[in-house]
Amino acid sequence: MEKLSFRLTAARSAGGTRAQAIVGVVASGNLEVLLERSHPADTCTIDIATAAHGFGAVWDAVVRDFVARRSAGGLRISINDGGARPDTVALRLAQGIRKIEEPER
Amino acid sequence: MTAVTANANSLSWYEASARQRIDALVDAGSFAEFIGPELREISPHLAIFDLPEQFDDGIVIGRGRLDGAPVLVAAQEGRFMGGAFGEVHGAKLTGLLRAARALEQDVLILFDTGGVRLQEANAGELAIAEIMRAVIEARRAGVNVIGLIGGRAGCYGGGSLIAGTCSRLIVSEQGRLSVSGPEVIETNKGIEEFDSRDRALVWRTMGGKHRYLIGGADTFVDDEALAFREAAINALKAGRRCDVTVLEAEQTRLERRLQRFGAAEDAVEIWERLGIDQPTEIPGLPTGAFLRAAANRENADDAR
Amino acid sequence: MTLDDILAGLFPNGSKIDMTGAMIAGQATLPDGKPIHVLGVTQGQPLGADEAIVLAGRVIEIVKSGDRAPILFLVDSASQRMSKRDELLGLSEYLSHLAKTLLLAEAEGHRTIGLLYGGSAAGAFIATALATGTLVALPGAHPAVMDLPSMARVTKLPIDVLRAKAEATPVFAPGLDNMVLTGGIHAVWDEAAPLAPQLAAVLQRPQGQDDRGRLGTERGGRRKAAELAARVAFAAASHHGARHG
Repeated sequence: MEKLSFRLTAARSAGGTRAQAIVGVVASGNLEVLLERSHPADTCTIDIATAAHGFGAVWDAVVRDFVARRSAGGLRISINDGGARPDTVALRLAQGIRKIEEPER
Repeated sequence: MTAVTANANSLSWYEASARQRIDALVDAGSFAEFIGPELREISPHLAIFDLPEQFDDGIVIGRGRLDGAPVLVAAQEGRFMGGAFGEVHGAKLTGLLRAARALEQDVLILFDTGGVRLQEANAGELAIAEIMRAVIEARRAGVNVIGLIGGRAGCYGGGSLIAGTCSRLIVSEQGRLSVSGPEVIETNKGIEEFDSRDRALVWRTMGGKHRYLIGGADTFVDDEALAFREAAINALKAGRRCDVTVLEAEQTRLERRLQRFGAAEDAVEIWERLGIDQPTEIPGLPTGAFLRAAANRENADDAR
Repeated sequence: MTLDDILAGLFPNGSKIDMTGAMIAGQATLPDGKPIHVLGVTQGQPLGADEAIVLAGRVIEIVKSGDRAPILFLVDSASQRMSKRDELLGLSEYLSHLAKTLLLAEAEGHRTIGLLYGGSAAGAFIATALATGTLVALPGAHPAVMDLPSMARVTKLPIDVLRAKAEATPVFAPGLDNMVLTGGIHAVWDEAAPLAPQLAAVLQRPQGQDDRGRLGTERGGRRKAAELAARVAFAAASHHGARHG
């Protein structure tokens, strides 16, 4: 496993009130994303454990783009990756944001 | 009491994730998870093999309500490591069943498993044994343990033995139930014994329709989350003993199956002996027609 | 040790045990004069539907007799029988049924003791030895979930790599020592000492809860299972589980 960590400044904080959300599954070409609301509103951390080694630059681009485009402030995001493509990663991250912003029942 | 509602959207049980299945099965908004992913109780053994971990180790457990009644629920994720039982995965289910006995609450197990996880085979095998014992102890305390089988990974290996300890089993056509998987039989005994690439053979030997016809499962449902929910609600109303009378009835039932079908070479022969008019048509029948054709099936009422 | 040696060593007061194929069934007398039932799968044979149903039938007869005498289940088997016929007939139900009868016997007041004296694997191991209340073994017993060459094929790892990993952890590789360390086997008997007193000692243990998780923790082969199962039970009993989406 290769471990990567990012700590980014986020312009917008995540909406909603849920404490956490999880999406995806760890399988070949897939990943799970756990989102926890545990940082200051302008901070987003992303920790990645990936089965595919040597893709640090791709991850760097994907997570920076995600934090720039989505409301990710305040979130501690943890990823277990089974070798997903960048578009799948971006999709799961967006799903994760939607899920943590869902109204609580 | 507030109105009980299901999550009403159509959802393929086979395609759904473990978490989606639970959400669709129990009353909307009623599920609370135990040892959730935020606790990061991952397998301590996968790192030895440099394999990726999952925060819930491939099984989601917790409590919820089913048509208003409190239930404990476990759902395996068949896409992570084939839904296989390792140390953590198994211990979560063992703990849930021990809680069920103490709290006298019914349990729903959503099987989706290839069996024991080879990378932690000894721990997985022992987990299966511990779970089976915990199921029987819970049942003897009056608890219903219902198994639901219709996931991608089927219900194989040790998972199929756990299923055999449940008080009722609900299965869809997609739900395969078998000890040795097709590849395992072919690898060990040759392609003449079992051609694992012959998908029609796999389905008619191990699939939900055959299991329902011979009494290996109690309820046959469409591959729909709501159908599983309705069947689970009904299953909880059935008997819940596990005493010598039930096991004696099971003994008679299983002896009868061997006598009646023991010489059959293929599932179609068994279906013919059950008096089904056009046995070769069974795999293609939609649920309604299949259930009509299955009127004279073997059943396991009070004998499981 | 051969089966005859084992039976002679266990039951110096004599036993009457019949063999049908690879299955044994009968009764013996303990040194204190009390009876003990003896069942078993022998000769390293696979356990299929035909064998499981016969053994289960015997256990049910014993429970129905109401004598509450202990049951010794001897095991030297292969894995479950891997055949199209067995799976067509619903082998999982037969193996489960056998396990259930043993669990029932234990719950109904019969001590159930498994004695692993040869091989056993996978579904056969679960349905017999691992379904007894207390499992003991003789040196040379060799339980397995899967042999290392098959494991190498499935995990796509070279067998040398697997062997090296097996040195570092008892959690996956076959063998008696690993099954002891993970808590599956209560004790390994001393084959140089008389067997009858060793059986008597096991029979004197108080009947109780499943303690395999605790043994795995104490022996260091399975450190998480018992603690995690206890935490789950605690979470279920408390009224505030975490909620999340």
